[in-house]
Amino acid sequence: MAVKKFMYVNRKAPYGTIYALESLEVVLIGAAFDQDVSLAFIGDGVYELTKGQKTEAIGQKNFSPTYSALGDYDVNKIYVEKESLEERGLTLDDLQHLVWEDEDEDWAEKDSIRLVSRSELADVMAEQDICLSF
Amino acid sequence: MKFSIQINEGPYQHQASDTAYQFARAALAAGHEIFRVFFYHDGVNNATKLAVPPQDDRDIPKLWSELSKENDLDLVVCIAAAQRRGMMDVDEAKRQGFEDNNLNEGFRISGLGQLIEAGIESDRLVVFGA
Repeated sequence: MAVKKFMYVNRKAPYGTIYALESLEVVLIGAAFDQDVSLAFIGDGVYELTKGQKTEAIGQKNFSPTYSALGDYDVNKIYVEKESLEERGLTLDDLQHLVWEDEDEDWAEKDSIRLVSRSELADVMAEQDICLSF
Repeated sequence: MKFSIQINEGPYQHQASDTAYQFARAALAAGHEIFRVFFYHDGVNNATKLAVPPQDDRDIPKLWSELSKENDLDLVVCIAAAQRRGMMDVDEAKRQGFEDNNLNEGFRISGLGQLIEAGIESDRLVVFGA
């Protein structure tokens, strides 16, 4: 089967609507299909990766720990848009430190998050076969 | 060209399903193939057989059902999204111990893998809503 480039574009805050959670469910299922997968976080979607989420007060499950498992699913190209972070007064330090282990380099731990500018991300998107936006 | 369609919003609240329906009809009329229509998020509500819209309005779930019958369309409802929202076919309702089911004719419930497969098998995957 041909390998296609799938990009999941996450644009919404983690709570308030279900898009972020159900996007993550697609990513986890999709990981079993051995495709070329990348994730983009833009706009309010950058909030999905923030660390220290506490959801008790809204009566919802905190699903943010699941992002740290993505590396184990070989999902390790996670693009975060620089402008979206800056517009919200956030920096990389506000986000979870997501890593993956490189099988080809003796399981060396590597960063999954790639901080890219809006125009760089546009170039990456243009290379994709499929962009699913949530 | 071989298309697949993803619908992320419920009927009436959002225009996504209407626009996807018009797109599907136009694509078929132009001789294109539709490999699959996949209903996700609140889009699963397009598959209800219990909608009774006012008589002077369009019946969106019925339009999809009829389009499926006429063109042998594969209308797939995501099971994870459907279970959350109470959309059930006969078998699933039985399995969960419910007496009633609400999945319209022409739709089937299946997993998210069907969406990924649609992306792989089709020339274009067109997403409506969200």
